[in-house]
Amino acid sequence: MTHARNHNHDRPEGSPLLKVSGLKKAYGAIQAVGGVSFEVQPGEIFGVIGPNGSGKTTLFNSMLGQIRPDAGTIELNGEDVTRLGPLELNRRGVGRTFQTLQVFGKMSVRDNLIVAAQEHQGSMFSRIFAPTDSGLGAKADALIDQFRIRPVAHQKAGELSYGQQKLVDIAMAFMSEPDLVLLDEPCAGVNPSLVGGISRLLKELNSKPAIGSTRSFVVIEHNMDFVMDLCHRIMVMVEGQVLAIGTPAEIRANRQVLDAYLGE
Amino acid sequence: MKKSALGLGLLALLVLLVAPQFLKNYGIYLLTYWLVFIIATMGLNLTVGYAGQKSLGHAAFFGIGAYTVAILLKAGVSFWLGLPAAALICFVVGIILGFPALRVQTIYLAFATLGFNTAVWLVMRNEEWLTGGTFGINNIARPSVFGASLDGNLAYYYFTLVMALLLAALLWGLLRGPWGKAFTALRDNPIRAESLGVDTRAYTLLSFAIGAAYAGVAGGLFASLVQYIEPGPFAVGSSIMMYLMVVVGGPGYFFGPVLGAAVGVLLPEWLRFAQAWYLFVFGVVVVLMMIWLPDGLLSIPDRIRARKQSRLASETRAKAAQAAGAKA
Repeated sequence: MTHARNHNHDRPEGSPLLKVSGLKKAYGAIQAVGGVSFEVQPGEIFGVIGPNGSGKTTLFNSMLGQIRPDAGTIELNGEDVTRLGPLELNRRGVGRTFQTLQVFGKMSVRDNLIVAAQEHQGSMFSRIFAPTDSGLGAKADALIDQFRIRPVAHQKAGELSYGQQKLVDIAMAFMSEPDLVLLDEPCAGVNPSLVGGISRLLKELNSKPAIGSTRSFVVIEHNMDFVMDLCHRIMVMVEGQVLAIGTPAEIRANRQVLDAYLGE
Repeated sequence: MKKSALGLGLLALLVLLVAPQFLKNYGIYLLTYWLVFIIATMGLNLTVGYAGQKSLGHAAFFGIGAYTVAILLKAGVSFWLGLPAAALICFVVGIILGFPALRVQTIYLAFATLGFNTAVWLVMRNEEWLTGGTFGINNIARPSVFGASLDGNLAYYYFTLVMALLLAALLWGLLRGPWGKAFTALRDNPIRAESLGVDTRAYTLLSFAIGAAYAGVAGGLFASLVQYIEPGPFAVGSSIMMYLMVVVGGPGYFFGPVLGAAVGVLLPEWLRFAQAWYLFVFGVVVVLMMIWLPDGLLSIPDRIRARKQSRLASETRAKAAQAAGAKA
């Protein structure tokens, strides 16, 4: 069996996993993101919150190579990745989930997980001769068990319930053992009873994942209880600017945040 | 593969091996014609059915393959060099045609490939020095293998059958591995695929190139089968017909082209009894299939399975509701 490569071997000791500096993006006259800077440490769960239109999605899309920022830099493991596209970012160890379900409906759950990591194995040419499961079967099974989706492992992903598909969707982002996973509203559209389950899973994936080592996450989410419970640190954005960065307790106690966003 | 599917496959193979013994010359010729179109549409099924790239230019590759073999044979080059050359040239041209697919999709891509087909067809028709223009190229020889001539229709049938089986095995091996999953991922959700490290650019180009190479081989076999080629069979109409074969058989189903090509090649022959009405009947059959079986003939087992599953699920729910009612 081949192993996913260690993405972060070049990172200098003690330096952040992700470093965003002075990121700016404008759409015409509207400054969607106006000079945002923050760092994510290895093993950290970093939350991004803010009202609608605060620039969270633009920030996320810039970090994922979907859009080019006007100014600023994004460093991953000390390497400037500002200009890289989604494919290159994934190959460098960035996984992601989308706000809406994005599973491959006609493939089985297990195949969804395998395709999520197979391109990290060998070269395109060598993959012609690779086994059907690319040697990733054991890894897929470990994640299937961790996500408690064993009973549906061989069903087509498109035939599952919304909640089950959401779990498959999240599991896919972890298959290639990324250093950093960006989660775009993981609770969107999810039954409240599953929200707790997702939170538990993400904590597990952060501290003792079934495959690979500790993961770092950046989470955008509207569900405040979820973010406060899950994240180690939280960044609050308002009108494209960083209003505050701190632990959940610090954010809860921050007067400005309460006034501008939480409205309590 | 399930045992029943394997049994069915072996039975089909047996029929393919034995059937020509009971057929007249024209029947054998027609079966060979069908095999040639199975090969061509296997390629198109990869491009359209597995990778989701709407190509209406497949007949152009079929033609490039046919003309390559015919021209090389006339130049004294062996068929055994001509056929790989046809595949290679189509592979390269396929990559080039794949580039528009990196920019446009769906109906826009279909029109781009349709334009390509027209351009290639015009070259075949107008460049008389190379292609013989509307007069075409005649007296195209059939090859011999290990000294045995394939001139007879029966011999050429078995040769084409072996080629079809080899190419099917090759494609099967490719599609059941990582490449097959990557093509399917590209078709179902290219943005998600890219976010998982699937090089969607490379797979898009490859889906065109490999599909084109299959059409090239089919074209080469076609040239030696009919022994006379002119631009007619490689026009846009043929591309649309091949696309129809893929859709009717079931895009993304491995054996779809076998049934699709049967509908496209054999059905019109069976409908000859209808004489002047045959095209009308064929048209009606196609319309009805598009209405009731938009995912093709091979989607029937899946549909039955899905129906059975939903019935089972509703029965389970009803029982659970009944049990809950009894308790209360």
